[in-house]
Amino acid sequence: MSYYVLLFTMIVASFLFVGVTMLIANLISPRSFNKNKSEAYECGIPTQGKTWMQFRVGYYLFAILFLMFDIETVFLFPWATIVHEMGVDALLGISFFLFILVLGLAYAWRKKALEWK
Amino acid sequence: MFDFSIITTAIDQFLRSLMPSAMAVFLECVLVAVCVIVAYVLLAIVMIFMERKVCAAFQCRLGPMRVGFWGLLQVFADVFKMIIKEIIHFKRTDNLLYNLAPYLVVLSSLLTFSCLPFARGLEVLDFNMGIFFVMATSSFGVLGIMLAGWSSNNKYSMIGAMRSGAQMVSYELSIGLSMLTLVALSGTMQLSEIVERQADTWFIFKGHLPALTAFIIYLIAGNAETNRGPFDLPEAESELTAGYHTEYSGMGFGFFYVAEFMNLFIVSGIASTLFLGGWMPLHIPGLDGFNAVMDFIPGIVWFMGKTFFVIWLLMWVKWTFPRLRIDQVITLEWKYLVPIGLINLLIMTLCVVMGWTL
Repeated sequence: MSYYVLLFTMIVASFLFVGVTMLIANLISPRSFNKNKSEAYECGIPTQGKTWMQFRVGYYLFAILFLMFDIETVFLFPWATIVHEMGVDALLGISFFLFILVLGLAYAWRKKALEWK
Repeated sequence: MFDFSIITTAIDQFLRSLMPSAMAVFLECVLVAVCVIVAYVLLAIVMIFMERKVCAAFQCRLGPMRVGFWGLLQVFADVFKMIIKEIIHFKRTDNLLYNLAPYLVVLSSLLTFSCLPFARGLEVLDFNMGIFFVMATSSFGVLGIMLAGWSSNNKYSMIGAMRSGAQMVSYELSIGLSMLTLVALSGTMQLSEIVERQADTWFIFKGHLPALTAFIIYLIAGNAETNRGPFDLPEAESELTAGYHTEYSGMGFGFFYVAEFMNLFIVSGIASTLFLGGWMPLHIPGLDGFNAVMDFIPGIVWFMGKTFFVIWLLMWVKWTFPRLRIDQVITLEWKYLVPIGLINLLIMTLCVVMGWTL
């Protein structure tokens, strides 16, 4: 059997697993209504102000840095499987590749993008 | 070693002799899905029980003792309680995303879970780029957490989700780099093939120093990836109520809880597959008698033993260290683990190219 059939099965199965369990829980759980219950809990006292607003930029900076390195990982995986056959060429090639990459990291480090302010 | 594919081919042939082949394939898919989900839920229950007992042992308590012998039925009672709890519908949440979040979290962990090779022939998804697939599927669990935090309309959930995003995305890199180190050593990405290639020695011994470094980096990053232990900032209960799942009640919360524990199992399972030989018994080259004795222990026992050993290590870390601050988390990853990981990858390449492996 092809693995893609199984992959599709697992995706459907996980959605059914959550969906059916939630349905059962919805059917058998008790219900009660009251005005304050449907407000956000937060930490117990009434909420002040808006939640969906501008957020600090630090979190996004690391996401951008992550993109740079993650794409590099994607490129490195095929290389890693054939290190045995390539021999010394693999070492030279990867040293050059990683050198350029580390330059990027060093730049970010120097520009203090890695500090949490 | 016993090959489980004997059983699966027998079932396959039996079904095909009874009914048309499309029907048989459909029935097999249902069978596989049911087996995986039952295993998923049972392992989650075992791990919740283990967490309570280990935590109790580290704090010199007994843990749950009342329900059933030695508290064994406590977790079953809790699961049952969670199903019959009221599901509260909030007024000002983003309803679609709020309901979608548990689906994504469970989807991510269930797909990754079905990649684990439990014994020879006992794995569901065995792609030839398996380890890459594991990385891809495990990384969109963060989407579910971000959605949960964002859609809850709750400031603490929002902060928890943002922290979780930054942390999980960052530590994904170190996991990738240490996996890459091991792929360079093994020369394949297929998980079952990786296990087969550890027949003479496990990779942690074969790759000596760089493999050991990669193992330690993997454990730290894996711990951060599951939002546990010293890295539990996204749900730091003393600052953020309960983090990204504060607004979930009943089963919605239950799925986050189960997925979190199963992510721990998956991280440990991948660690034992990559570094500690998966279901492969302990073989010492040259000692044939010893190897033959070790072969009598079934593969699934080896896999579970190694996995639960790694889980125990991670629980030990969780209940021992105090929580880190967000800037310490980020600094640890970007200024220590990533550079060390890159250098470690180079050293491993050098070892592989020069043939300096055991």
